[in-house]
Amino acid sequence: MKPQSCVNIKKEWDIVAARQLGRDIARKIGFGTVDQARIATTISELSRNIYLYADHGQICFEVIDTFDNKGLCIIAIDVGPGIEDIGQVLEDGYSTSGGLGAGLPGVKRLMDEFDIHSEVGKGTRIKTIKWLR
Amino acid sequence: MSSLLKLDTEGYKALMKRYIETRDEQSLYEIEQASKLFIKNSILPDEIVNMHIQSLKDLYPNLSEDIQYSMNFLLEAMIAYGIAHQEYQQLREKQSELKSEISVAASMQETLLETKKPTIDGLDIGVISVPAHQMNGDYHHFVKGRDGSLGIAIADVIGKGIPAALCMSMIKYAMDSYPEDAMTPKAILANMNRVVERNVDPSMFITMFYAQYLPSDHTLRYASAGHEPGFYYNSSQDTFEELTTKGLVLGVTPDTTYPQYELKIESNDMVILLTDGVTECRDGERFIERQEVLDVIKRYAHLPVQKIVDQTFKYFERLQDFELRDDFTLLILRREV
Repeated sequence: MKPQSCVNIKKEWDIVAARQLGRDIARKIGFGTVDQARIATTISELSRNIYLYADHGQICFEVIDTFDNKGLCIIAIDVGPGIEDIGQVLEDGYSTSGGLGAGLPGVKRLMDEFDIHSEVGKGTRIKTIKWLR
Repeated sequence: MSSLLKLDTEGYKALMKRYIETRDEQSLYEIEQASKLFIKNSILPDEIVNMHIQSLKDLYPNLSEDIQYSMNFLLEAMIAYGIAHQEYQQLREKQSELKSEISVAASMQETLLETKKPTIDGLDIGVISVPAHQMNGDYHHFVKGRDGSLGIAIADVIGKGIPAALCMSMIKYAMDSYPEDAMTPKAILANMNRVVERNVDPSMFITMFYAQYLPSDHTLRYASAGHEPGFYYNSSQDTFEELTTKGLVLGVTPDTTYPQYELKIESNDMVILLTDGVTECRDGERFIERQEVLDVIKRYAHLPVQKIVDQTFKYFERLQDFELRDDFTLLILRREV
């Protein structure tokens, strides 16, 4: 795994920066237009969660390039309230912002792998991977 | 008509090319059919836009970059629709799972609450109970005592659907645990009141009417816990009377007592017991009057009582456009000669 590149998320602007960096990396790995768009949407969702609910956090990208697999790993880490009921936030139709956000279920659909750790009062760490096919 | 479009970029491209060249209606018809297949095979809008982009690039290698960029822009705009579509699909699956679970529960409930209409010489009995949704929040039960008496319970949980149905199952168990005979209506209601008071959430109300018919001296004893009043049909005078009773709904206070009433039943007299699903039928926006129920019953009064209740139900089902708003239970007894 190559070293991470990260974007700090504090302002709404930072979401755009994270999308830009993620898309550039995705393009370099060889993802097509559709997957680039899906990866960008994933980055939006993850960084909006940080922007809206956490004090601060980071979106980090790792290029996965092993003998049989190529892909992009996105890690979102925040220091914030954490998630009490992870099952609930992964359920369709649940969104605390009440908006039309794709939310975490959307991220799960857009990506190939998804993993989440959260501790109430401390923060949340989400790791998600898209494989190049 | 050409064979079905292949659901890939090549197929899409070929069809689009033909359409651009001929602008024929058939190509449009075919893409319409393909579009349904896309949905069926969960092809998302962004993927379709992508097929379009690829096709454009292949057909027009010199396509202006601006147009290409604009297509990529459109693709981005479609992403959220794709996610929403997937969510919708999954919710649909979940819904059908729930539906089948409920229908299993409903048939379990049916078995659980099953009660046989007893045959008693000189007494014609008819009953119909139809839930508004899949599960029934009404309950009726017959108990034939060793002394030849017939016990009839009819109850209604205020509310309908699954919570009401679960509640009813508990009532059934409680009823079953009583000795079959020698229980007077007032004693049974007092007992049920204690059971409900202890076991049921205070926000749920259950009303119950308990009647006991003694064929030997043609007497009906009854008591009611806040239940929709039944009717007595006096055959010799051809009049209906309301079975007025006093008695609090079940479960409000632990030591409620229930006054018991007695009625002599003559030949061809009828006793009509029901739930509010019958009297609160609606004709459009208008609630029907209790009198209307009696008018309908009277219209069919020459028939065997099972036919009366069946026809009465059909009448009100139709009046409400075949969509019940509440569980409907109607029970009639008629003393034969």
